[in-house]
Amino acid sequence: MIETDILIIGAGPCGLFTVFEAGLLKLRCHLIDALPQPGGQLTEIYPKKPIYDIPGYPSVLAGELVDNLMEQIKPFDPGFTLGERAESIEKMEDGRFKLITNRGTVHLAPVIAIAGGLGCFEPRKPPISNIADFEDKGVEYIIKDPEIYRDKTVVIAGGGDSALDWTIFLADVAKEVTLVHRRTSFRGALDSVEKVIELHESKKINLITEAQVIGLNGNGKLNQVQIKHKTEGEISKTTDHFIPLFGLSPKLGPIGKWGLNLTKNAIDVNTFDYATNVEGIYAIGDINNYPGKLKLILCGFHEATLMCQSAFKLIYPDKKLSFKYTTVTGVDGFE
Amino acid sequence: MIKIKVIDREDQVHELEAPTDMNMNVMEICKAYELPVEGTCGGMALCASCHCYVLSDHELKEASDDEEDMLDQAFFVEDNSRLGCQIRLADDLEGLTIKLAPQSD
Repeated sequence: MIETDILIIGAGPCGLFTVFEAGLLKLRCHLIDALPQPGGQLTEIYPKKPIYDIPGYPSVLAGELVDNLMEQIKPFDPGFTLGERAESIEKMEDGRFKLITNRGTVHLAPVIAIAGGLGCFEPRKPPISNIADFEDKGVEYIIKDPEIYRDKTVVIAGGGDSALDWTIFLADVAKEVTLVHRRTSFRGALDSVEKVIELHESKKINLITEAQVIGLNGNGKLNQVQIKHKTEGEISKTTDHFIPLFGLSPKLGPIGKWGLNLTKNAIDVNTFDYATNVEGIYAIGDINNYPGKLKLILCGFHEATLMCQSAFKLIYPDKKLSFKYTTVTGVDGFE
Repeated sequence: MIKIKVIDREDQVHELEAPTDMNMNVMEICKAYELPVEGTCGGMALCASCHCYVLSDHELKEASDDEEDMLDQAFFVEDNSRLGCQIRLADDLEGLTIKLAPQSD
């Protein structure tokens, strides 16, 4: 069980900076993120892209900004629960919240700060009408245990690194591997692309390019995929498994069911302290909504700062909070 | 100012007046008219939520590698598929007609 002062959902830039502002007020923080690494979208989607509107940085790479934030919050020694999704919350008798992740990790805190950005990243699912019927019955979006494919026939779809890497890996495990991709070139690492082409030429895998999987058939369990080829029309292929690997996209997920007021997948807050309609739960950064909202990192930093002041008063109603500049007091971290 | 046509997912045609002097793209003009285009990534060719089909025969700038890479992660991709955020509104696009691609889950 993890106990802290402010439990932050989302380890993106806004969640990370919250640790700093909370730390100045001697509040401890713990972050939960569905991704296996901190940084949110910045690390997951665009680590090498420059950002030009962080005050004081004419240009900073998204990945660098995350590294710098991690450095900045180090004195406040935050805890992390990574690779787990915040699933449910419950208000306890002592006034604290109990938050449980999808893997069952329990967290206790008097304040929850939702800095969830666009939501949690989940695999993109092809819009094939009956795909849900075959989930875990032949269709997997994530490969957890490659051994389940031993001596089976597998169709992989996609053109990025994960599609290429798993095609190469499963070529030695599965009975037959077919990679389906919509065009003839691939966006993955060059040596993976070369390896896949080599496996295809030596007939160790099937490669169907300029094609997309458009249908699934089976009786309770997947046994066939329908592939639409650009010039050859529809192809049916018998298979035990279909693994669509089309990257990740963000979903609001379970947070949407926590009784918070929402507008278009964003959490309504006031602009006094970014509190939601539930006392003790705040929402900051891209995930919140208020009149005039701009989804900018710099706005998220401001929201985090004001939110921490309010959180302090909520946690310590009898303590007086005196405002101090870091230039005067320095950064006094936790031992 | 140019006029473009956007056909939504219910096949309804919307005629939009699009300024060409504001550095806007097709995703942004759709959002400005509150058409159901998410533009989640803000126009970096990083999410494919503005995937559309170009129906008119305007000669568009060829898709960049980034755009093609992102289309690899989209669904129902056709030869005329583009990301709306990568089509900049310019005077030579008068009469451009696009159809929004089906929304993926």
